[in-house]
Amino acid sequence: MSRSYRDFAALSNGSSIPVAKIEPFGVEDFAQAILEAVAAGSRISSYFAVPREDGKGGESTELYALLADDARNTLLVGRSRVEGGSLPSIAAACPQAQLFEREIAEQSGLLPSGHPWLKRVRYHASWSGRDAFAGGAPSDGGAPGIEPGVGEFYRVEGDQVHEVAVGPVHAGVIEPGHFRFQCAGEKVFHLEIALGYQHRGVERAMLGGPDKRSLHYAETLAGDTTIAHASSYSQVLETMAACRPSARAQVIRGIALELERLANHTGDLGALAGDVGFLPTLSFCGRIRGDFLNMTALICGNRFGRGMVLPGGVGFDIEEGRAAELLKRLAAAERDTAGAVNLLWDTQSVMARFEDTGPVPREVALALGLVGPAARASGLSRDVRYDQASGIFRMAQIPVMSYDSGDVFGRAYVRWLEIQQSIAFIREQLLSLPSGPLEAEVKSLAPSSLAAALNEGWRGEVCHVAMTDSSGAFRRYKVVDPSFHNWAALAWSLREQEISDFPLCNKSFNLSYCGHDL
Amino acid sequence: MIDTVVHLLLLLLLPPLLLGVINKTKALFAGRVGAPFLQSYYDLWKLFRKGMVFSSATTWIFRAGPLVTFAAVLMAGLLVPLGPFDAPVAFAGDLILFAYLFGLARFFTTAAALDTGSAFEGMGAAREVTFSCLSEPALFFGFLVLAKQYGSLSLTGMLHGPAGGMPASVVAPIVLVAIGLFIVMLAETCRIPVDDPNTHLELTMIHEVMVLDHSGPLLGTVLYSASIRLFVLGSVLLHLVAPFQFGDPLLDWLAFVAELLALSVAIGVIESIMARLRMRRVPYLLTGALLLCGSGFILLVR
Repeated sequence: MSRSYRDFAALSNGSSIPVAKIEPFGVEDFAQAILEAVAAGSRISSYFAVPREDGKGGESTELYALLADDARNTLLVGRSRVEGGSLPSIAAACPQAQLFEREIAEQSGLLPSGHPWLKRVRYHASWSGRDAFAGGAPSDGGAPGIEPGVGEFYRVEGDQVHEVAVGPVHAGVIEPGHFRFQCAGEKVFHLEIALGYQHRGVERAMLGGPDKRSLHYAETLAGDTTIAHASSYSQVLETMAACRPSARAQVIRGIALELERLANHTGDLGALAGDVGFLPTLSFCGRIRGDFLNMTALICGNRFGRGMVLPGGVGFDIEEGRAAELLKRLAAAERDTAGAVNLLWDTQSVMARFEDTGPVPREVALALGLVGPAARASGLSRDVRYDQASGIFRMAQIPVMSYDSGDVFGRAYVRWLEIQQSIAFIREQLLSLPSGPLEAEVKSLAPSSLAAALNEGWRGEVCHVAMTDSSGAFRRYKVVDPSFHNWAALAWSLREQEISDFPLCNKSFNLSYCGHDL
Repeated sequence: MIDTVVHLLLLLLLPPLLLGVINKTKALFAGRVGAPFLQSYYDLWKLFRKGMVFSSATTWIFRAGPLVTFAAVLMAGLLVPLGPFDAPVAFAGDLILFAYLFGLARFFTTAAALDTGSAFEGMGAAREVTFSCLSEPALFFGFLVLAKQYGSLSLTGMLHGPAGGMPASVVAPIVLVAIGLFIVMLAETCRIPVDDPNTHLELTMIHEVMVLDHSGPLLGTVLYSASIRLFVLGSVLLHLVAPFQFGDPLLDWLAFVAELLALSVAIGVIESIMARLRMRRVPYLLTGALLLCGSGFILLVR
């Protein structure tokens, strides 16, 4: 009997479920169920392999898929048992699965048979002792033969077609990544991106936790998304330990999350101006980004919010005096940001660069499973704060800001809309801080469970899925940074564009390398 | 004699200051204090004391590039009259030499870029020569207008014009040519809206990307030559937009320097209030410059 995705277990964002309650599917049914669910409007939030707990080792693996059904505001979890070394690939029919399948192949050594472009993701040896890649070396840690960026790349042949390779070392001080362009003159046919240079092995380091280090691993998954990752990590722990942070703690988390968004969006708008050589906005936004970071520092003493969010609550309070100071600074920053950013839309030469550059049509955004401002700029109305609300966002909703052009202008403009919404949200929350303790105690985690927590980081959906073993320790910790979904869209946006517009397109997505490489 | 010495001194010493003035203007627009006016001199001094690194893929062409460029722009600087003073070197037809000294400099810069075998530098070289196909004729049309008007084939003669100022009949063509040459100057000196001298993004650069592999004294030479190029083209333009003279050598020299600094401020203002053009649109701008200079010529011969 064939089974559908309706048999997947449903759970809400930030909750947990005993693994036994998730019905196992056969691999074929499982693949079909995911395809059906995506066709019905869900998207893949996370898809990963877990070695079987009964210690059968490399030959038996379980697959887990976490799907977000935004229309019904629920998450669906499915699992499947794989005997042997391969699983059927759905990447050809469902492009948003392609990177997940490559990741599964790399981490667990399972071969997604029929994958159209099976390549490594992070260029590390597999965890299981198997290797899904032809010519792969045996996996004993620093295996020889696996080097980032080395391998096959898509090529375009022909008269006057040339290849341009950029990175991993760039002319500016930025993260490492390798980009291959296939061009004819200034026109780009295809861009292929190879990452993995920043792989640190965070998911593996989390195994056996939680311990003292776990929170800090979460905070540093992507340094500019500290609050969102730390919040997801904390929510996973809280739901598994049946701990409820106070209303006050949840509001402070929300404020910190929006401050993080403000700082990064403002910085991005400045950087976009810089890429087209428009100096006033570049300079002013660079300074205002610092102002927003300093507001976070005013609360917790760290500009990037380290130590702000703790499992069970928050590490720092916003007392009356500090709330007043924040409101004052917020008003000043709001005025300055409006001045600097509106200059962009009023300057013809800037708009000429932004409009029609790097378009990602709505269908493509849907197929690639984009998240965050990039998705909203292509006309998709998806925002975890609204679709899968958790914490304070259940009580105080922020309207979803979207635009339909899908180009660099769209991605810039959505950021500006979100800046205004975030400022309004923070102001409202600061004026009505509920009372309550800052921290609740997090006791031991429920054994043999799975918990998922999603947060709308400034780049998009930050997804953490944790699974515990029979003693309540992490037996799998899966992190999906929004960059993981969105890198493919950057490659897409360059098609038929000018190669000289790549930096601008790149900045309009501003994706994380270390968040992808983990 | 004194004027020739002053000409040489200004040509050798003043150019980096122009970059300082441009950068200061941009900083003020951006609400920053900005680097000191003399920063370009410090940078050059720093670079000239450094060692050099050469890729094993390069040949003598790579090293000759910056030196030939430097010699060419310096020679061009000797052909241009500064303010009301005659150029140290002048002969009938030197405007051809002037234009092709820039051509020579461009040839060696692009050859040195291609010599590295880097994909970026090849791209930069392709852009540079493509755009110069349009800026070079614009420069020639501009010169044609001046040569025809003043009946001289030497830069000194045609830029100075007749004593007693411009006749009213030539104002229209001169204005067109001045706008055209201003655009040519921005393109030749790699300023916004054509190129962005401050960018670190390899894929968007034109001139900067061609010199990525140069280091130390050779890079210093490249930067120094670029500032001299700005000085030389700016001096040509000043004859059209500010042909004032006081009759007193000291005042005239001071006025010339002041005009040049004012031109740098104008460039700084342009860079502050507009973004770069999309690469595909740059040829349109240069074609515009060509049409302006060409229309000036038509106005004159009608």
